[in-house]
Amino acid sequence: MSASSAFNDEKGGSSSVGEPEYGHDPASGGIFSSDYKRHDDLKEMLDSNKDSLKLEAMKRIVAMIARGKNASDLFPAVVKNVACKNIEVKKLVYVYLVRYAEEQQDLALLSISTFQRGLKDPNQLIRASALRVLSSIRVTIIVPIMMLAIKEAASDMSPYVRKTAAHAIPKLYSLDPEQKDQLIEVIEKLLADKTTLVAGSVVMAFEEVCPERIDLIHKNYRKLCNLLIDVEEWGQVVIINMLTRYARTQFLNPNINEGGGGEKTFYGSDEDEDEDEEEKEKKPYVMDPDHRLLLRNTKPLLQSRNAAVVMAVAQLYFHLAPKAEVGVIAKALQSSVLEPGMFEPYLKSFYIRSTDPTQIKVLKLEVLTNLANETNISTILREFQTYIKSMDKDFVAATIQAIGRCATNIGEVRDTCLNGLVQLLSNRDELVVAESVVVIKKLLQMQPEKHSDIIKHMAKLTDNIQVPMARASILWLIGEYCEHVPKIAPDVLRKMAKSFTNEEDIVKLQIINLAAKLYLTNSKQTKLLTQYVLNLAKYDQNYDIRDRARFIRQLIVPTEKSGALSKYAKKLFLALKPAPVLESPFKDRDHFQLGSLSHLLNAKAGGYQELPDWPEAAPDPSVRNVEVKESVRAVGTVTYRDTGALWGPQKMEGSEGCSFPRASDSASGSESGSGSEESGSGSESEESEEGSESEEEEEEEEEKDKKKKKKELKKPTIAPSSVLKNYELLHRITGEGLSVEYCFSRQPFSPDANMVAVQMQFTNSATSDTKNLHMEDVKLQSGMRVKEFPEIGEREPEDIQCTAMAVMGIDFCDSTQAANFQLCTHTRKFFVSIQPPVGELMRPIFLTENEFKKEQGQLMGMNEITEKLTLDAKCRNEHAIVQRVTTAANLSRVPCGSDKECRFAGRTVTSSSLVLVTVATKEEGAAQLTVNCEKMVIGTMLVKDILLALTQ
Amino acid sequence: MIHSLFLINHSGDIFLEKHWKSVISRSVCDYFFEVKEKAVDPENVPPVLQTPHHYLISIYRGKLFFLSVVQTEVPPLFVIEFLHRVADTFQDYFGECSEGVIKDNLVTVYELLEEMLDNGFPLATESNVLKEMIRPPNILRSVVNTLTGGSNVGDTLPTGQLSNVPWRRAGVKYTNNEAYFDVVEEIDAILDKSGTTVFAEIQGVVEACVRLTGMPDLTLSFMNPRLLDDMSFHPCVRFKRWESERVLSFIPPDGNFTLMTYHVSSQNLVAIPVYVKQNINFFETGSCGRLDITIGPKQNMGKTVEGLMVTIHMPKVVLSANLTATQGNYTYDLTTKVLVWDIGKLNPQKLPNLRGSLSMQAGAPKPEENPSLNIDLKIQQLAISGLKVSRLDMYGEKYKPFKGVKYLTKAGKFQRLSLSFL
Repeated sequence: MSASSAFNDEKGGSSSVGEPEYGHDPASGGIFSSDYKRHDDLKEMLDSNKDSLKLEAMKRIVAMIARGKNASDLFPAVVKNVACKNIEVKKLVYVYLVRYAEEQQDLALLSISTFQRGLKDPNQLIRASALRVLSSIRVTIIVPIMMLAIKEAASDMSPYVRKTAAHAIPKLYSLDPEQKDQLIEVIEKLLADKTTLVAGSVVMAFEEVCPERIDLIHKNYRKLCNLLIDVEEWGQVVIINMLTRYARTQFLNPNINEGGGGEKTFYGSDEDEDEDEEEKEKKPYVMDPDHRLLLRNTKPLLQSRNAAVVMAVAQLYFHLAPKAEVGVIAKALQSSVLEPGMFEPYLKSFYIRSTDPTQIKVLKLEVLTNLANETNISTILREFQTYIKSMDKDFVAATIQAIGRCATNIGEVRDTCLNGLVQLLSNRDELVVAESVVVIKKLLQMQPEKHSDIIKHMAKLTDNIQVPMARASILWLIGEYCEHVPKIAPDVLRKMAKSFTNEEDIVKLQIINLAAKLYLTNSKQTKLLTQYVLNLAKYDQNYDIRDRARFIRQLIVPTEKSGALSKYAKKLFLALKPAPVLESPFKDRDHFQLGSLSHLLNAKAGGYQELPDWPEAAPDPSVRNVEVKESVRAVGTVTYRDTGALWGPQKMEGSEGCSFPRASDSASGSESGSGSEESGSGSESEESEEGSESEEEEEEEEEKDKKKKKKELKKPTIAPSSVLKNYELLHRITGEGLSVEYCFSRQPFSPDANMVAVQMQFTNSATSDTKNLHMEDVKLQSGMRVKEFPEIGEREPEDIQCTAMAVMGIDFCDSTQAANFQLCTHTRKFFVSIQPPVGELMRPIFLTENEFKKEQGQLMGMNEITEKLTLDAKCRNEHAIVQRVTTAANLSRVPCGSDKECRFAGRTVTSSSLVLVTVATKEEGAAQLTVNCEKMVIGTMLVKDILLALTQ
Repeated sequence: MIHSLFLINHSGDIFLEKHWKSVISRSVCDYFFEVKEKAVDPENVPPVLQTPHHYLISIYRGKLFFLSVVQTEVPPLFVIEFLHRVADTFQDYFGECSEGVIKDNLVTVYELLEEMLDNGFPLATESNVLKEMIRPPNILRSVVNTLTGGSNVGDTLPTGQLSNVPWRRAGVKYTNNEAYFDVVEEIDAILDKSGTTVFAEIQGVVEACVRLTGMPDLTLSFMNPRLLDDMSFHPCVRFKRWESERVLSFIPPDGNFTLMTYHVSSQNLVAIPVYVKQNINFFETGSCGRLDITIGPKQNMGKTVEGLMVTIHMPKVVLSANLTATQGNYTYDLTTKVLVWDIGKLNPQKLPNLRGSLSMQAGAPKPEENPSLNIDLKIQQLAISGLKVSRLDMYGEKYKPFKGVKYLTKAGKFQRLSLSFL
């Protein structure tokens, strides 16, 4: 408290100067001029050299915007500062720009070049915010620039920038819907992204731009399901809602076999059903494993702290789960109206407190009414009785209606309810009485003959009740059942005739009705009265009433002109009317997706996507199969490199040769480079690289191939046979032609055994020279160490046009924290960081089966993590499992007697803690993964990585 | 998704507006004001309103309305949760969430809102990520900043944004490493006239204050985890471990946070710590009434009941109260018709009693309903459900942290009804 108030004193200027201005009326002329003056001093401050003055000015301007005051005349002065060094000034300028760019399009264009520069900044935060602002400027002229920026950012190395790109997609789409096709391409690319950060945002973009392109989801379905638990909560909501729709189009109704239940009975004749049954016998329902995957992976989220996530999972279960499983959501969800049985045990949770807001009370009431059945109705009614005494009149009215609904639904208590309601008729509160009358009227219609005394009682009420709706209801009731109260009815009409002119319109209409009905049944007593009422009505102000009177007179009073219709008057008026159904106000919204805005309002909101019906036959499930990608992320410019690795240099040369000579060079370079690294032993590695590097250029294809073969033979047996993953360190665009990639070579780093060897490969595709490549300004978490690679020196211009290799060692201290450093050339510095996947933090060791078991026995309890999984269809044999595990982590296989188990062992590089992995396979691709590791954090992360490797 | 946000104070002034897409005129709030006028209580304003072109979704927090405007389909709970998160963030930054404090920190608030949503979709809502981007106000820093022209805005991407533990920032350092947990339970109960429990449940929450260096991995286990019934967890808690071992395993956020909330709803487990004997009568004639209330201890597990307070909303016709209390003071507010009896500590030897007469408006009919009693109380060092933390283990770091657990039981919505049946 004291801190914040003191802070404001410090800040002084902004609030004390800003405040009085807020109080002024901008319309009055005198103030206007002083306003103008003050803006002048703001302009002066913005033009000054001092950042502190600029900041002060910007704070005042932003405060004006926040209060909704117009600050648009400062636009030119503000925009000048868009390139300001001070990051806070810059941010505030961004805020201003986004707010006013639409109004001052021409001037806004001046700032664009700054953002274009910002997009190439080495700092990912600046790249991201440049894209955020650029895409938020709603100026149509820059659409092509935005498109380009989004495409570029979608393959940025920073997941945060890619997330921003995903956010920018709907912005561009709303600005120019014609870009849809191109944007879908970007969405497709980003959907393949494997980071949790991007997943939620890109699905949001998908939902806004192309929700109908459900086919884009196939390949990413399993990945999304698996990532879901780690996505931030907002993303979870969006993904779950989207997957609900997806599942409705791809899987079969799990409740299809439930006899009687389900939609089946609604359509089709008996014959059809018989056919269906035969079909069912032939094909028993088996849940698609992907359907199961979704249900299983969303279930833990029911315990999220975020109610929106809980609701999203609940609606998913409601719409997708087999009936037997829907129950799991009940506990987590006590505020929604679903199927009755499910919530019955929680009845008392819905009891209402006097402190609940009205809308909650009404909802709870609805739930209680839906839960009511023969066994609990007496408790519920007793509860209702207390509610009627509430001070909240709307709530009382709702309660009375609820009692009415209970009475219609449950025959046994109809009389009890009716009696209770009749007692309410003597309540002092008119609203209560009125509401009761309306409900009683509806109830009586069900069995009028039994309740003539109630009708009589109500007839007496006409003297007191003033609420028009209630009066009208009573009159209608008397008219309808006048035969049950033959003596009273004419008297009521007499009284009404007296007060006719002072009644409300709906009462007047009912008086006319009553008169007509009585005229038909008891014309002797009421003929004159009816004539009188009709005459009064004839001169009423309301034309509805005049019309009604005219119409009724023609119909019931026989004249020589009256047509054939009057013969049927009695039939018309005294036809037996069906009893009304007392309905819940919440009826009819089932067709909306639960928990959506549309569902709440019971009206389709813009952008609402219909939840499709289950398909008759399941579409091909194989569309969701994904082949394993070599690269860590499927997006980005490295895709080329992946194919290069798979197909070998020759093929690439053919396809890419002319347009990208550099790129093909680099591809072959990587191949041989990694090879030379394997053969070279530690200390000389840099020399051997330099050597191979310079040779490379002139070398013939054949030679390369030979060399490769030779190296392959030399591979140490323990090293994994899988292909090493390449990661991007510096992108060609951000590096101004210099691109750097690195991989974890999985070789011992000889200068220091506790370090992980990182092999880097530099490619220069720029026209200018690059010299003196070296590292600077290494920023590390405590305990981490780095062995820098030696400077890559000056070369002849031709040399620079190609690739160079270097190896550095990093001691990550057994954590996945990134090592940050600057990569320097003779002209530029680039900020880069290397973050290891957990699997690279270990080195393989040999263990015998017995040793393995012994060690495993010592790493039980907290140190053991076990996960059940379903193996990917392509990964069900031993070979594939071994290959995928060794790709994910640098471990070696441990011999094992059983063919149902694969075991792997390794030690972490820094602390030499044992890492033991066991994959036990069972029937139908089910498997169990066990990781034993002293370091729990490593163990947990490793489980996740291997799980991903085995299931995708 | 979320198009715009308006902050509106109790008297209906819009004192802040923020748009994440194109600007929407503040006149859209008129629909809201119309409804607000009609509602008796601010809490009674429906959270979702439909206008011809927009939907208004609002929450009421700290005497302020957070009103958001959306144009297309969006799960309403999504928006409501987000608005609460905005209010929580303000609370976290400024110590309270009120009009004054927001107006005083208008620029910081605006910067926060800018960071929290991008194009209407949440971008950064984790408190520690935000705090690295926009530093909370602090006297020392603002002095330094004024002198040096430094800023309150971070220039690098917070590490939390990229890691899979976004709630924790990297490189946290403390000289005193400590982890405190508060188990706070609230009893929600409705008792009828005779004192039988109509409904009772316990709402529990485990609040944590963790100041630990590095990346600690904590495991909190309970003596009796089976008590817990319906829980929701902070995202840091590993669901799987809870399901398999019934322990809370997590890498904690830095600072204060809510680790989990839970319900204990099975009736026999809910002990009612006090009993109330009450007798409120209104006489047919003479426009007066009698009131006699005694409170005594019931199931309090040998702990002292403190902060005992009884609140009664009297019927409108009650003009004044002439009462004597054997312990504590009572006040009767004539305008709101609320009788408050502040008792304090409950002494089992001498039970507190409040009795006397009520005078009513002459000629007014006797109130139909007897008022209900709301009871407030506190019991230190006791979780009424019997929940107990058995141990806290730390992995991943080498130092020995200082650990502590506190228990507290409070009355939540403890209501004693004076029911009379039809």
